[in-house]
Amino acid sequence: MNQIRLGKLYGGHLGVWEKYQGLESWIFIVCWTLIFLFFFIIPVQSKEYDYINISNPYLNKTPVAVTEFKAFGGHQAEIDDGAHAMEILKNSLDFTGYLKVINSAAYLSNPAQTGIQLGQINFKDWTGIGADLLVTGGIEESQGQVKLKLRLFDTFNLKLLVGKVYTGSDSQIRQMIHMFCSEISHKLTGNWGVFNSKISFVSTIDGNKEIFICDFDGHNPKQLTHHKSISLSPAWSSDGQWIAYVSYARGKPDIYIKSLKKKPGFIVNNEGLNISPDWMPGKDILAATLSFSGNQEIYLLTKKGEIIKRITKSWGVNVSPKFSPDGKKLAFTSNRGGNPQIYVKNLETGDIKRITFEGRYNTSPAWSPDGKKMAYVGIDKNKINIFVTSLDSGSGKPVQLTMNTGDNEEPSWSPDGSLIVFTSSREGKIPRLFVMTAAGTDQRRLLRLKGKQSQPSWSGSTSSENI
Amino acid sequence: MNRKLWMNLMAAVLVAGLFMTVSCAKKTIVTEPTTIEDQVKAEAEAKAKAEADARTEEARIKAQELQDQMANEQTLEQAKIAAAKNRFTNQNIHFNFDSSELSSMAKALLKEKAEWISDNPGINAAIQGHCDERGTTDYNLGLGERRAMAAKNYLLNLGISNSRLTSISFGEEKPLDLGSSEEAYRKNRRAQFVME
Repeated sequence: MNQIRLGKLYGGHLGVWEKYQGLESWIFIVCWTLIFLFFFIIPVQSKEYDYINISNPYLNKTPVAVTEFKAFGGHQAEIDDGAHAMEILKNSLDFTGYLKVINSAAYLSNPAQTGIQLGQINFKDWTGIGADLLVTGGIEESQGQVKLKLRLFDTFNLKLLVGKVYTGSDSQIRQMIHMFCSEISHKLTGNWGVFNSKISFVSTIDGNKEIFICDFDGHNPKQLTHHKSISLSPAWSSDGQWIAYVSYARGKPDIYIKSLKKKPGFIVNNEGLNISPDWMPGKDILAATLSFSGNQEIYLLTKKGEIIKRITKSWGVNVSPKFSPDGKKLAFTSNRGGNPQIYVKNLETGDIKRITFEGRYNTSPAWSPDGKKMAYVGIDKNKINIFVTSLDSGSGKPVQLTMNTGDNEEPSWSPDGSLIVFTSSREGKIPRLFVMTAAGTDQRRLLRLKGKQSQPSWSGSTSSENI
Repeated sequence: MNRKLWMNLMAAVLVAGLFMTVSCAKKTIVTEPTTIEDQVKAEAEAKAKAEADARTEEARIKAQELQDQMANEQTLEQAKIAAAKNRFTNQNIHFNFDSSELSSMAKALLKEKAEWISDNPGINAAIQGHCDERGTTDYNLGLGERRAMAAKNYLLNLGISNSRLTSISFGEEKPLDLGSSEEAYRKNRRAQFVME
């Protein structure tokens, strides 16, 4: 784990002695028998992350119980911080869309009193209320330093899946909980999940539009730009260190390439439009629409804004370039066929394929992180909604993810592919940010902020190594 | 001899007297027509003066009227210029949804604008392209630019110099009407002229 950003915060595995403390021998045998069966009799499921397949649209939520945190010192500050940590943990697990936290009123036992370690837990109390997973927590706090001991158990297999200890200041509880949630996600899905990602977006403030950044769950919104102008279309570099966006700060739309680490940035200000930037995964290369030729065409640019090459050569509007996750293809919107549709260009072969065919207005392509699906915006019967289509050959009809709830636009996938953030005018016709699962379920407001919010962009994947 | 002198003297006096009488009588007779003549003259003079005065007044009124008329015409002319200027900046070129094609009405308006630009050589124009709120921000930035360019190219074809025209797209960022009705959308899909 990278200890630089969090200062004093560090994490580590629980000691073996702690895991097996108080373990009775018959459970030991049952456990090992189950583990033996798990690895050798059912080899298909031998990959450790086969618990939950988050790309399954018919996924049932896995019920998880989150216990009260055991306060080792027992003083009030520790109890309060423990309660706070538990709330963050529950909300974060609920946010995933594939876990369902069981109401604590149903719990039959209280590990905060009886013990939070493997041998101290009666798993029948948890399987009995339908909990497939159990998370226990403990907190030790002295002089503002907090130690969190967090465990994830498989209640049916009586197994400790993840055990971690985190130490940091009390102001870092949220971060520590999210680090543990990343571990849970990695264990259950094979992916580090959304917990360390951020979302950039546009919000109105004092009659202007500025770029903002918030946490994955809408917490800690912060204003990034102060141009007092129209600023639009934020896009993350894949390392999360840079944001490219459009601003009229100098009177016309230019692309600003800004470092979040306060390094000097760059401006792309050719004659005409300089709009809709997107970063090539893993590279300091951007795609953007420039119109200095008189036509709105897509170009590849260096991070300094120098043109590498022209990508589209077609009459009309060519906008919203979006690199495939492997960087080998580029999706974009073009009205070359008479109305806006989504095309994919293979950057190696130069082949261009149209991928939307229904309706007369399809824009805003967004690749799923596995590169297999494309979310986009379609206008049908004057209603604006989000659709998703499979990119496999011979794919079926597009699936409509939003309906009957105002206009829904500008989809952006979470780095693990489980969620989509988007703009919706469903509340009082004012555009706001919402989030849903990739299957279109669990649609909810992301954050509450004054003004109008739009153009959300979810940052890339961060493993726990990058926390 | 003395008697003769007296006789001559008497005759002289008589003749003198006669002459005097005659001259006096003549004088009286002559005097009358002179008075009449003076009256007529005075009347004529008065009349002429009155007529002259009337003519002066008439001329003055006419001049005043002319002046007023000129002032009116000037005001009217100025009003016309102001109206033309207003039309130039306030009369927007409208487009159909997802279109940058110029309608016949749009072309008529652009011809009027071209005339105005020709008549006002000191002024340059910025053409802004705008869209309604429906559709995608990025796409609308592109569409807005195509609308501005369509209007600009039409003016270039009418002979307006490229150096006098600029274009910029605001996409859906600057609606005229904040409503979400068809009428609001129609107003917002526009190319708008701004003097520079």
